[in-house]
Formats: sequence, C-alpha cells, structure tokens
Amino acid sequence: MDVKVEMIIVYIGGELFQVPEGSTIIMAMEYAGFQLKKGVGCREGYCGACATVYREKGDYKLKGSLACQTVVTDGMTIAMIPFVPAEKPLYDLNDLTPDVGTFTQLFPSVFRCVSCNTCTKACPQDIEVMDYVQALIRGDIAKAADISFDCIRCGLCALRCPAEIVQYNAGILARRLYGKYLAKRSPELDERLKELEEGKYIKEIDELNKMPHDKLSEKYYSREIKIS
Amino acid sequence: MYPEYMNESIKKVEQTRPQRLELAKKHGKNVFPGMGEQERADILAKYHPDYKDDALRELRIGPNKGDKIINEVVDIMESYPRDYPETFDLNKVDIETDILIIGAGSAGLSAAIEASNTDAEVLLITKLRLGDSNSMMAQGGIQAADQADDTPVLHYLDVIGGGHFDNKPELVDALVMDAAPSIKWLEELGVMFDKNEDGSMMVKSGGGTCRNRMHSTRDYTGAGICRVLRDEVYNRSDKIKCIEYSAATELILDDKGQCAGAIIYHLESKQYSIVKAKTVIIATGGFGRLHIRNFETTNHYGATADGLVMGYRAGAKMMFMDSVQYHPTGAVFPEQIVGFLCTEKIRGLGAQPVNKDGELFVYPLEPRDIEASAFIKECENNLGVTTPSDLRGIWLDSPLIEELSGEGTIEKNLPAMLRQFQRFDIDIRKFPMLVFPTLHYQNGGLEIDANAETTIPGLYVAGEASGGIHGRNRLMGNSQLDIIVFGRRAGRNAAVKIADGIQLGELSLKHVTNYIKEVNELGIDKKHISPIVLPDYIPDHVKAKQLSSEFQGTLF
Repeated sequence: MDVKVEMIIVYIGGELFQVPEGSTIIMAMEYAGFQLKKGVGCREGYCGACATVYREKGDYKLKGSLACQTVVTDGMTIAMIPFVPAEKPLYDLNDLTPDVGTFTQLFPSVFRCVSCNTCTKACPQDIEVMDYVQALIRGDIAKAADISFDCIRCGLCALRCPAEIVQYNAGILARRLYGKYLAKRSPELDERLKELEEGKYIKEIDELNKMPHDKLSEKYYSREIKIS
Repeated sequence: MYPEYMNESIKKVEQTRPQRLELAKKHGKNVFPGMGEQERADILAKYHPDYKDDALRELRIGPNKGDKIINEVVDIMESYPRDYPETFDLNKVDIETDILIIGAGSAGLSAAIEASNTDAEVLLITKLRLGDSNSMMAQGGIQAADQADDTPVLHYLDVIGGGHFDNKPELVDALVMDAAPSIKWLEELGVMFDKNEDGSMMVKSGGGTCRNRMHSTRDYTGAGICRVLRDEVYNRSDKIKCIEYSAATELILDDKGQCAGAIIYHLESKQYSIVKAKTVIIATGGFGRLHIRNFETTNHYGATADGLVMGYRAGAKMMFMDSVQYHPTGAVFPEQIVGFLCTEKIRGLGAQPVNKDGELFVYPLEPRDIEASAFIKECENNLGVTTPSDLRGIWLDSPLIEELSGEGTIEKNLPAMLRQFQRFDIDIRKFPMLVFPTLHYQNGGLEIDANAETTIPGLYVAGEASGGIHGRNRLMGNSQLDIIVFGRRAGRNAAVKIADGIQLGELSLKHVTNYIKEVNELGIDKKHISPIVLPDYIPDHVKAKQLSSEFQGTLF
C-alpha cells in the first residue's frame, strides 16, 4: 500500500521547518536535522526526558507534552525542555515515618498549594496531580502514592506551578514510604527467605548445575505447568 | 483509529471471541497445544530471524575471532575507535575513583547502591540522564519464586529450558537463588509491588513459566523499580558521584592487564577525560538501536552496545552473540508507535494472539523466540493483517481480558498500555492490538562468572551487556531480575576486591593500539567507528547537506 506523505510547517524553537504530517515532535526534529542528545530518551513515553511546551496555530494556550508521544500539527510552535532545575531534598528513608510530618519537614512547599489545578492540566500522563498534592497535605500517603503512580518525572507540573511545588519529587517519596512502611508484608516471601537462609534448595540446584543436557531436557519438558 | 479496511478482520476477531472466551474459562492459558522440543526447533529454524542465511557472519578479530555472530555486531566490532590512543596523555588523570560504573539503568544504580554501603569511592557515569535506560521501560514484571507452590528449582528449569539449555549454570543458580532476596531488597527501598489485600504478592504467569511468578508494579514494573533506585542514588550523593551526558568510549587497562579506568567523553562540551579506577563495572545495556535486520525496536535511545565494544576491545570474551530476542508483540499500528512494546503481561492477563480470520494459532505463552516465530510464520502464510505503511501483524485480542476478569481490569493492570493507544484514538478495551515481533533484547553479551566478573581482572559486567545467564533466549521478567541480582553482585564484589587490595600499574591503551592494527589489516573503511554512542535518525537528504566534520563518522 502506497501512502503519499503531506508536508506541514512547524516552528522548532521559533524557526520554520517543513516536516512530514503524522510525525511526532521527536521525529519532526530529527527530520529537520537535529541530532538530539538531550530531551530524548526511551521514545515510548516511559522516561520523561522529552518534556516539551508547544502552542498550536490560532490557539493562545501553552500546552505541555512528551515530544515522543505528540503528533505535530500545521503551524505548531515547539520548545523542548531538556532539564528542570528543581529542588530535591536528600533523605535516608530509614529515618523517615510515613506521615504528614515528613512532608512538612522535607517538602514545606507542598503546603503552599493554592488548588489552582495547573499541575493536573500540565501533566502529559493525565495524572490528577493536584489531588495527590492535596492528599499529602492531609497526610494520606497511601492515596498520594496511588494517584501519583504513573508519574514519569518529566517536570512539567513543577514548571507550571505558581506555588513552586516540586510535585514529582514529593510523589516518589510518597510511593517509597508506602512501599516500605505501609504496604502489608508478604508472608510467602518471608517464608521463602527463611528457607533460603537455611540452605534448603542448595543441594537440588547444585544437582541441576551438573546435570547433562538430555536429563535436564527431560526434567524440563515433564515439569507440571500450574498457571492461571 | 484503525483504517476502515481493517474492519472486516476486526469483525472476525469479534465473532470468534465468545468461543475463545469459553475455551479460556475452561482451560485457562491452555487454549492451544504447546510445542515440544522438536517442534520448537523446527519453527525456529524455519521462521526465526536469527536462522536466516545472512543473519550471521564470521567475526575476524578479537577473542571471539572465527565465531559466527550477528552481522550488525560484527560491524561494530570490526571498527576503529572514536579517538586514537596517542591522543591521550594517560599520565594526566582527570578523575580518580575506586569504582567506576558505566551506565545508570537499574544494573548500574543497584551496583552503585551496594558499593556505597562500603568504604569505596563510587563514580557513576551515563551518556544520558540517571535512570534513562531500558530498565525504566520494562513493563510486565520481575520473576521470583516466592510462592508456596513454587521453588527456585522450578524457576531454574524454566530459565534453562527457555534458554535451550545453553545457559551458564552458575549464573542461572545465582539468578534464581538471589531472586526472593532481591524482591525483599527492593521492597525495603520502597518499591510498590502489586499485592492482594492480605499483603501476598499478586503474581502472573509469563511466556515459558510453569508457575505464576511474575511480580509487577502495574505495567510500569521497570519504572517502578528504576525510579526508586535513582532516588536512592540521589540521596546518597555524598557517597556516589554522578556525571551525566558523558559516554565512556574506551576502557583503560594497566601494564599488568588489570582494568584501570576509562576514557569518558562529554556529549555537550565534547571534552574527553581520563578516569582512573581500581575496578570498572560495565552496565551499558544492549544493542536494540543497532536495528538488527532493520527491525524496529522497543529499546531506549542509548541502546547502542557501547560497553560490548569497549569490553571486547579490552579482551573480554562474548557469549551467545549469535542470538537476538525479538519480542513477539511490538505495535505495528499506529505508525507513530511502530516497534513499541506491548507487554507480555497482556497475554499473562488472558489476551490471545489470533490471525486475520480471528483464529488461534499458537499457545499464547510460549517462550519469546518460539512465540515470535509463530507470529512470523502466520504473516508469511498471508494470515496477517497489512498496515497502510505495508507492515504486517497479527491481532492481540485485548478486549478478552475484561470479558475474562471484569470491567476495569485493563485500566488497573495496564494503565501505560491503555494510555499509549488512547493517545492515538484506539481503545484497547474495545479493539484488539495489531502486533508483530520487534527487536527487544540482547540475549548474549560479555561473559561473566557468578561474581559478575569477566576474565579481565577488575572488570565487571551487569545487566543486558553481560552474557550467559539466559542462554540464547531470555524469558519475560528475568531481565528485571538479572539487573538487580548481578548489579548488586558487581557492586559488592568490586568493593570486596578493592578492600582486599589492588595495586594498579602504569595505565595503558596498548590494547586499543593493537586492535587498530588488526582492523587496519582487515582493510576496513575508516568511516567505521565505534562505540556508536547515539543512533542517528536524520534523513539522508538532510545528512547530505550537513558538511561540517561534526556530522561525520557514525555520530559526530
């Protein structure tokens, strides 16, 4: 099947370039001749390296997105933001408690939230950012961890926040506190660790280490498959 | 949205769905018979890309001279260095450290954390940002035999059977025995594993697993782990120094043949620095961005096998570089996300692969190489669907998941996947996904032992850059595990070696000088330069006008 590709105009850093319609912002920049070193990463929307702000033709709004996930439109003006100079408090997780006090101490800016919802609108992951900031203010760490889960740390929320909150850094702390202190422990895991400490499987594994191919193959293909 | 001409095929998928649903309710994952050893061998030989006549060629240089390995890997091995040894004055060391870690995915980050628990000085360098890596992109899960009906012994069998019994046993042993402790370690650092109400782990199956053993953090498993490790490394900034946007381009040895540091190159300022280190850990990941056989890839921008090149030039041996992992389910539509990984967890949750007529043709959870070969077979037999840009694929029937487990299952378990397709107006709760195998993983790499050390004293390798753990085929969830297990081992053992006392001799790049001589003798064109550092997607007509020296060679 042959598809004719139409060319459209975009302004990268304010300069005019012609690029194929249907390109993502990253593809458009490369087509234009940019050899990207910063502002590019996984190219699949997982790493948050390619935070970008853009404005579409005829629209007054400045929008934020991931350059690898956003398709260019005719007349779009694009500025990439490869780095966000945000504060990151340092801590030892072992010294912290999963409560509001930790945030008062490490992220006092969180309590300056004016509930304007700009962060939520800026988030390319459609996370309810303001809601998790509010959860932190209430000391609901579990809720904040849950809502912020899909954060990829692109930094767009912090860039737009009028209260200078670094939401994503507060988010990762909430998730780490949840994972370490609030999530219920798995009894099976602890049981297995005990067995391993007692050396339970060493002998059997050692036999497998020395087993010839045909014996191993026989054992492998005859193992019982119990999955759901 | 899918183009109209695909509707006919989508309808057929919808028509067969009720029957397939019944089948799944009755037999679980056993909706199609699995293959035996002979059947597996046959389908690989006939359809797997590694088995094509022109996939491999003989390597003419270095420790693996004479081996037949992947063409594109031969290319980067039979290449000149980025800069010549005489450019550098090794008497003028810019940075001195105990442990140099190259690469900041989960393997490098784990190594740094473990090493920082000792007295050793740690320097972590990455050519992009901390955490920018394939680790961050992994979706489906991490394996660990911690359930009551499972054992490390069963995990061992799955790993070695999936790898066609070629794996290095001591590495499989280390992998499965360190698995449960690794999960514990991650949880103590604050990783949020998916759990049931009572705190037990929510575990799923994966291709080639005989038990439900896949732990996850929704479908952001790689990120769920990697971002925690990154945060921990930031917090330890007094003990772990980090340099970003700096690629290592060559290893430095000493006159006794011990690894003694690296040449590093800052991408923005274009300055080279000489780093002297008592031990070096390569954690640079794999080769996806080499686009082997022109395959699209799921891999990160930086996956250019730099560590493989550096280690090989320094004399470390490679293992299993004749094999590539093609993930069965890469997106082929929409165009903007071609090659994009559709996690194996989708099949773990019950989605079935079907052809253009809506028919099942393979057991949904064969090991990856087998499953991928079955997809390729179906397409070569004209039972796939062709996209507007002439790619072929088969359907992954995702709506089945919610029919099996209820509404909301996809949003809860596959939020990343749902979001990615929604960005292009496809709702995977209602429509199947069009997929084809995509270049995913470097099965082989630099040979290590159970300590993660190579045959070069003081040189360690962890993660995808290493070889031997997975044989010629890795199972889902074992890479997330191996980067933690061997990352930690590398960090710990490098520190132990330093504590035992290392006396470095005179720094040397003689190995590079000798390598150049050999490349010269082969009559290789001077344009061939490696490591590649970053791929280049500038179109030819633009490239032809980029005349400054900066744009010559493979990158700059």
